[in-house]
Amino acid sequence: MTTGQTPPLVELRDISVAFGGVHAVERATVTLKAGEVVGLVGGNGAGKSTLMRVLSGAHPSDSGDILIDGERVTIGNPRDAKALKIETIYQTLALADNIDAPANLFLGRELVSQSGMLDDSAMEDATRKVMGRLNPNFKRFKVPVRTLSGGQRQAVAIARAVHFNARILIMDEPTAALGPAETAQVRDLIRQLRNEGLGIFLVSHDIHDVFDLADRISVMYHGRIVDTVSKGDTSIDDVLAMIILGKPPAQASKEELEPLIG
Amino acid sequence: MASALRATEIDPRLFGMVAALVVIFLGFGAVTNGRFLSAINLLTMSVQAASVAILATGMVLIIVSRNIDLSVGSVVGIIAMTYAVLMHEVFPTTIGVDTAYGWLLALAIGLVLGALIGAIQGFIIAYIGIPSFVVTLGGLLIFRGMVWVISGGATQAPNDKQFGVMAGGPEGSLGGPLSWALGVVFCVGIVLLLLYARRQRHRFNFPVRPIWAEILIGVIGCAVTLAAVFVANSYKWPQGLVDRHLAEDPNFHVPPGGLDSGIPWPIVMLLAVTVLMTILATRRRFGRYVFAIGGNPEAAELGGINTRWTVMKTFILMGVLCAISAAITSARLNGASNDVGEGYELYVIAAAVIGGTSFAGGIGTISGAVLGAMVMYTLKYGLSFIGLESPIQDIVAGIVLIIAVGFDTLNRRRVR
Repeated sequence: MTTGQTPPLVELRDISVAFGGVHAVERATVTLKAGEVVGLVGGNGAGKSTLMRVLSGAHPSDSGDILIDGERVTIGNPRDAKALKIETIYQTLALADNIDAPANLFLGRELVSQSGMLDDSAMEDATRKVMGRLNPNFKRFKVPVRTLSGGQRQAVAIARAVHFNARILIMDEPTAALGPAETAQVRDLIRQLRNEGLGIFLVSHDIHDVFDLADRISVMYHGRIVDTVSKGDTSIDDVLAMIILGKPPAQASKEELEPLIG
Repeated sequence: MASALRATEIDPRLFGMVAALVVIFLGFGAVTNGRFLSAINLLTMSVQAASVAILATGMVLIIVSRNIDLSVGSVVGIIAMTYAVLMHEVFPTTIGVDTAYGWLLALAIGLVLGALIGAIQGFIIAYIGIPSFVVTLGGLLIFRGMVWVISGGATQAPNDKQFGVMAGGPEGSLGGPLSWALGVVFCVGIVLLLLYARRQRHRFNFPVRPIWAEILIGVIGCAVTLAAVFVANSYKWPQGLVDRHLAEDPNFHVPPGGLDSGIPWPIVMLLAVTVLMTILATRRRFGRYVFAIGGNPEAAELGGINTRWTVMKTFILMGVLCAISAAITSARLNGASNDVGEGYELYVIAAAVIGGTSFAGGIGTISGAVLGAMVMYTLKYGLSFIGLESPIQDIVAGIVLIIAVGFDTLNRRRVR
């Protein structure tokens, strides 16, 4: 990095995570700038979600550094990440099914009165406002989220990340459980948030999703970063080849590439 | 009817339990030509239920967070025995018997002991990760054994006189004026709560309940409260007891209509515990976290909640409630035997479950558990009143438990 250049919003440097003897993530390095969407792709078990769980505080790394605005930070648990304005939308949504949408939105960060009592009305009000932006038809603020539809639950999970003015957003398969209309809605939202200057990590199986939204794409294979490419400099076929072969197309032999490109 | 009930936003489950309680009352009343419905019966029954009801409020939070506490009976046992040993063995040779503060000192020691036992069990469960079923099953055996160790196998009695206030009965009740005062305080509280809730909803322009529903709830709440005070006050001190007091103190004043007994102290304690526990469960972060953990432990963790400390706190709370319950139990026995509290855990869990607490976690209410305890003890008391033996009472209690949960299961299946 040359002097005078602003450091990236996030740099995950040489991150390794092992489960028992298995290296889920091995010396992975990725960066994210403000106002940028970085797609993280790879096959099942490639380590995408695990790498992101390091940044969101859900799982500590065994080695490596996390830099925010060029400064080394320690993220030991989800609270640390949230304090750094890192919000995560998990693939599982991480909603407590038995409590209502406002309670889920503020889970762990409840609004309380001076006497320490939960201010449910204020939380409901804030939830109505943020949901009005994401899903204007949503009216079911007082029922357990168990009774909501998949799209509504997803909206609650997204609302939680958006409400707290995140600078860094991690979206793990944000459209996996959604229908076409809802998927389009989430895509619009991602573009909108990027234009507002957020940095977004987008983890996805869906290569078309990623190509549609991401500015750069990092490909993971067996816990390693194969390569990070700008969308303009690559093609879907090249990225697919990297996902399957685990090496950049330039290093792959013709025999390896041929059956893929067909 | 159904839509009117919805407008009042009363929990239909709670409404059903109150209705069941009324039906049971009236049923026994009909079978006994009304004798069952006397003030003394209602008071005795409530006092008998108080120990288990107090414990059930804590058990709700434990079960909601997907744990269980099988040790409560033994913990009640060891704390009750501690009270008795302190007042019967320790105090006579140190601070003296029946001192003004001795019983409070005993109570304080009991509360600390309860919190400590809860903290140890809670720590092992939450931080070391041994399942609560195992830890508290061990606790059940350990603490029951310790009751025998500290008592030397003998029943310890009597307690200090002042401690006996917590037993209820005419001498352990508020008396007429204080009972009315408590009733009025409750009524004011109900009205203030309704007003506050309505103002909060107005603050953000949320839909509010129709005004007739607000007034109906307020009127019913106040009427039930004042009716309960009236019933409690309609029981007068028996003549024998009055004579005994007159013999000790010739100036002992008895008004012409007799001396109102009023609300028993165990019931006052139960009411206080119910109110405090309801606030903890529904209005505080702690309660919200307990429910979130029960709903989805991983989500709670990812939300940044300190789930271990939260679970440990539920067990500390349970220990403190054991100490309160043990005070009532020991006061009623005026001492402690080695089997104090034996089997409580089953009644406590049954009360919580009859009251709508789900073993899957995440679902349960404090008021439901208290009503559950009342339903169970009303049945037990009523059956013994009409001359059925204890084994029959247990058979009925067991059937009611299964029916109550069965209703719930069917209901939830239908809603889903």
